[in-house]
Amino acid sequence: MDAPQQSDARPVLEGPDIARVLTRIAHEIVERAKGADDVVLLGIPTRGVFLARRLAEKLEQITGRATPVGSLDITMYRDDLRLRPARALARTDIPGDGIDRCLVVLVDDVLFSGRTIRAALDALGDLGRPRAVQLAVLVDRGHRELPIRADYVGKNLPTSLRETVKVQLSEEDGRDAVLLGVREPAPTGEK
Amino acid sequence: MKRHLISAADLTRDDAVLVLDTAEEMARMADRPIKKLPTLRGRTICNLFFEDSTRTRISFEAAEKRLSADVINFSAKGSSVSKGESLKDTAQTLAAMGVDAVVIRHSASGAPYRLANSGWIDAPVINAGDGTHQHPTQALLDAFTLRRRLVGHDAGIGQDLSGRRVTIVGDVLHSRVARSNVDLLHTLGAEVTLVAPPTLVPVGVDSWPCEVSYDLDSALPKCDAVMMLRVQRERMNAAFFPTEREYSRRYGLDAERMARIPEHAVVMHPGPMVRGMEITAEVADSPRCTVVEQVANGVFTRMAVLYLLLGGNEPAVTQPSSRTEEK
Repeated sequence: MDAPQQSDARPVLEGPDIARVLTRIAHEIVERAKGADDVVLLGIPTRGVFLARRLAEKLEQITGRATPVGSLDITMYRDDLRLRPARALARTDIPGDGIDRCLVVLVDDVLFSGRTIRAALDALGDLGRPRAVQLAVLVDRGHRELPIRADYVGKNLPTSLRETVKVQLSEEDGRDAVLLGVREPAPTGEK
Repeated sequence: MKRHLISAADLTRDDAVLVLDTAEEMARMADRPIKKLPTLRGRTICNLFFEDSTRTRISFEAAEKRLSADVINFSAKGSSVSKGESLKDTAQTLAAMGVDAVVIRHSASGAPYRLANSGWIDAPVINAGDGTHQHPTQALLDAFTLRRRLVGHDAGIGQDLSGRRVTIVGDVLHSRVARSNVDLLHTLGAEVTLVAPPTLVPVGVDSWPCEVSYDLDSALPKCDAVMMLRVQRERMNAAFFPTEREYSRRYGLDAERMARIPEHAVVMHPGPMVRGMEITAEVADSPRCTVVEQVANGVFTRMAVLYLLLGGNEPAVTQPSSRTEEK
């Protein structure tokens, strides 16, 4: 995700596709949660938060009730903290009523190794005790390194490890798209 | 950021804003049921206190424990230092025990610098106050308190203190808090005025990035914050003012003077306060006085500093240029 923007990156989902995918996921959440009255959406910064807010809007359109939505920063729970310089933190914002006995749906843009979600589950444990935790992702690109799977998937995108998947959302990047590119070997001399 | 935190002047504007933003996230953790993060698990931090302290030592210890670090407390009393052990030998003992960071308070100015640059120990050093030199985490927590009060909790994210006016009153000569605050507030864009009797203004103050005044009443009406300093009797070896009553009358903050500072301005004090000397009980207990808030913010700010220095394989990077300077 951190790879520089490739000029030959190919869009695999465009704006309208993303909107349709989110509508479908919202319906699936309502169906599986039998009305979704105890659902709390928690987005993982940065783009997961925007996706969670969009999903909350769709859920409100379907159920007519406002769904609590928040953000969960997992930086302090990462297992690779000591591989890089200390990172800036993002906002953790838990809705006022907390997450105890709720159905928490974690929302992220890309599911890859699964390590982010592992960290998110640890973070949730320090915040309360949800009734259940589910996972919604816009893109599942495979290559899991942990026994973790998503409950709601926008698009399954089989990739090779040499490829990059970049999600762009209008809130952050000015447009909606999922781009598939090829990682270029890092130029020598650069970290 | 640099590897050690010895002086508030070590921080660039971006470093300082990053610490304040990180502290804001740490503060949000305070209302959680489990006030603990696993981030520094398995790291050992030694609090090396050669000089008395309640606030700072407890604050560092709380911050370290909330980040899950293992804490070793060392105070000079009851240790081999009272038998004549040198700083070098103490440092080498700690290095042999495998300490990952050292928080040091010392009555000699420059002791933390010596520890960081001597090669005795290869761990980040955080200055928790040295002599009359620096107390950088105090300056950071003061800036954090100011930003929260004057700009706002959420509105303050990413912001500095540009254009804010801070008046620091009292024993500037012996105050490491004043030195650190002048450096940091200047870095953050604030305008600082020092107010003190001429005998308590240090030599060379004209090279500091601040104004100096001897008259408290003229400085009060145009400031956003007043920071009162304690008169440090334990460091005084001469008579700097005739009587305590005279000092208190000219440089103490009472209710009458407080009424003359602008409505939105806050009264700060790094503690410990001497009620009746530099501040009256009425002012100390008023809602405009941030003393207790500063103590709470101290834990968040120190958590932020510890996380940014020890949370990765090297300190947080704010801008590419700051990194090349270091090497």
